[in-house]
Amino acid sequence: MKVKQISVFLENKSGRLAAVTRVLGEEDINIRALSIADTSDFGILRLIVNQPEKAYRALKDHGFTVSMTDVIAVEMPDQPGGLAEVMAVMEEHNLNIEYLYAFIGKVPNGALVIFRVENIDEALKILEEKGITVLSGEKVYSL
Amino acid sequence: MYWNEKYECMPREQLEELQLERLKATVERAYHNVPHYRRLMQEKGIEPSDIQSLEDLRKLPFTTKNDLRENYPYGMFAVPLSEVVRIHSSSGTTGKPTVVGYTRNDLNVWAELMARSLTCGGATKNDVIHNAYGYGLFTGGLGVHYGAERIGASVIPISGGNTKRQVMIMKDYGSTILTCTPSYALYLAEVMEEMGVRPEDLKLKCGIFGAEPWSENMRKEIEKKLPLIALDIYGLSEIIGPGVAMECPEKNGLHIFEDHFIPEIIDPVTEEPLPYGQFGELVFTTITKEALPMIRYRTRDISALYKEPCSCGRTLVRMARVSGRTDDMLIIRGVNVFPSQIESVLLEIGETEPHYQLIVQREGSLDTLEVQVEVSERLFSDKVRRLEELENKIRAEIESTLGITVKVTLVEPKTIQRSEGKAKRVIDKRRI
Ligand SMILES: [Zn+2]
Repeated sequence: MKVKQISVFLENKSGRLAAVTRVLGEEDINIRALSIADTSDFGILRLIVNQPEKAYRALKDHGFTVSMTDVIAVEMPDQPGGLAEVMAVMEEHNLNIEYLYAFIGKVPNGALVIFRVENIDEALKILEEKGITVLSGEKVYSL
Repeated sequence: MYWNEKYECMPREQLEELQLERLKATVERAYHNVPHYRRLMQEKGIEPSDIQSLEDLRKLPFTTKNDLRENYPYGMFAVPLSEVVRIHSSSGTTGKPTVVGYTRNDLNVWAELMARSLTCGGATKNDVIHNAYGYGLFTGGLGVHYGAERIGASVIPISGGNTKRQVMIMKDYGSTILTCTPSYALYLAEVMEEMGVRPEDLKLKCGIFGAEPWSENMRKEIEKKLPLIALDIYGLSEIIGPGVAMECPEKNGLHIFEDHFIPEIIDPVTEEPLPYGQFGELVFTTITKEALPMIRYRTRDISALYKEPCSCGRTLVRMARVSGRTDDMLIIRGVNVFPSQIESVLLEIGETEPHYQLIVQREGSLDTLEVQVEVSERLFSDKVRRLEELENKIRAEIESTLGITVKVTLVEPKTIQRSEGKAKRVIDKRRI
């Protein structure tokens, strides 16, 4: 039930994000979700794409520093309190969240949140036990 | 494997006898034919007849690059120009170039020393030597070339540049020995990977790398990426060019060809000779050179000498790989900073050879030092916190080593300029 996320190291200078998206475009890779975390001199671009292996290879071949990590995609109702319910479960079980980002639409319930947690296997087990919908990689890639 | 067993394995006593005899002749010639040496010796109250033992070498004055510049172009030559058959020169990027000349016999000696060096790396007449040292005024290219021809090996005089073509030739022509700077060897490996050329498709067995300081980690990285054993060669144009000293496969220091050069290590500040095993500035006296004899030439290279016999059978003194330059030293806010110090911090953190650059700037009256480090895949993390921790760790380690504050910036891989010659580690933007 894990989803592969691509992370790319970017220096804070113009044109770097454009370069990444150009490579992905040329390789016919579709971006499903993205987020950027940045500091004063660098940023980390995180991507969920339809073909993670291909995207990883393509970016690496173009000289980018890339890594592929496992994240969790949680589906939740697009309504007030939707995320709160999931967060409550995470907190209750001391699941340490490194970061998260959301994207809305295209799923039956409306909202999808990507979580990067320290102990992914334990998190998956608990979320499922609590009846929270976790999407498989295949499902997310083909959204 | 030796090229010249008689001299490479000569009993010490006999070697020292030979050295003394040759030293006396050199001092005599320098005194009578080079006004500069005569003047310096007279100032010190020394005559050639005062040299009666090898220890008497210490009585002689030092020679520096500056002496060569002041006597530019031919003032230090001990023979008339009509006897000089080759001229080489430094680039002169940091002042007037230094000009070096060779008589026919000097070239003969040089080819002999390069033949010894290449043989030390396992070269025979059956080898294909891919010589990517620059040809021209720089001594690297032609030095290796004539040594390779002396052995009877097949030499490919490819010189530097056009890296993709180099890789193609290396593969198609079956190069067995690579000669270039160590940073160019790494660059070749990078380009090879980009081109999809597999190292196992190459016939390389040995790399003979020099012309810039490099580390044990860099050796490991080269040997991991290229199918060869990487050996260090040392030389400088003022002494003769490459082939002053060469590492044997024991990888335990470089054998100095002492039948032609007498090495010393001195404290660069007090100028006093240092004992075996201690690091300091490497000094050479040439004892067979005709056109340009060098008496106690201060190389500015930092090394140490070892006298214990080597298991390869050579009796020659070994020098430690050059660990830096006394004039690479940056002075930042009054603190002496050697790029090699920063390099060793990065090596400890990253385990493999880092690509880095130092940028010195002056803001108001304050000097700032920025250390740019390329983020390798191994160091990269998708967590901002981890990367910031890495930056902080590097910064703290450098600050505790140097005692000054620095700014550490992580940059994307391959954004720091790769050089085809010596790696350029410092960009000094200060306007003073
Ligand atoms: Zn040896």
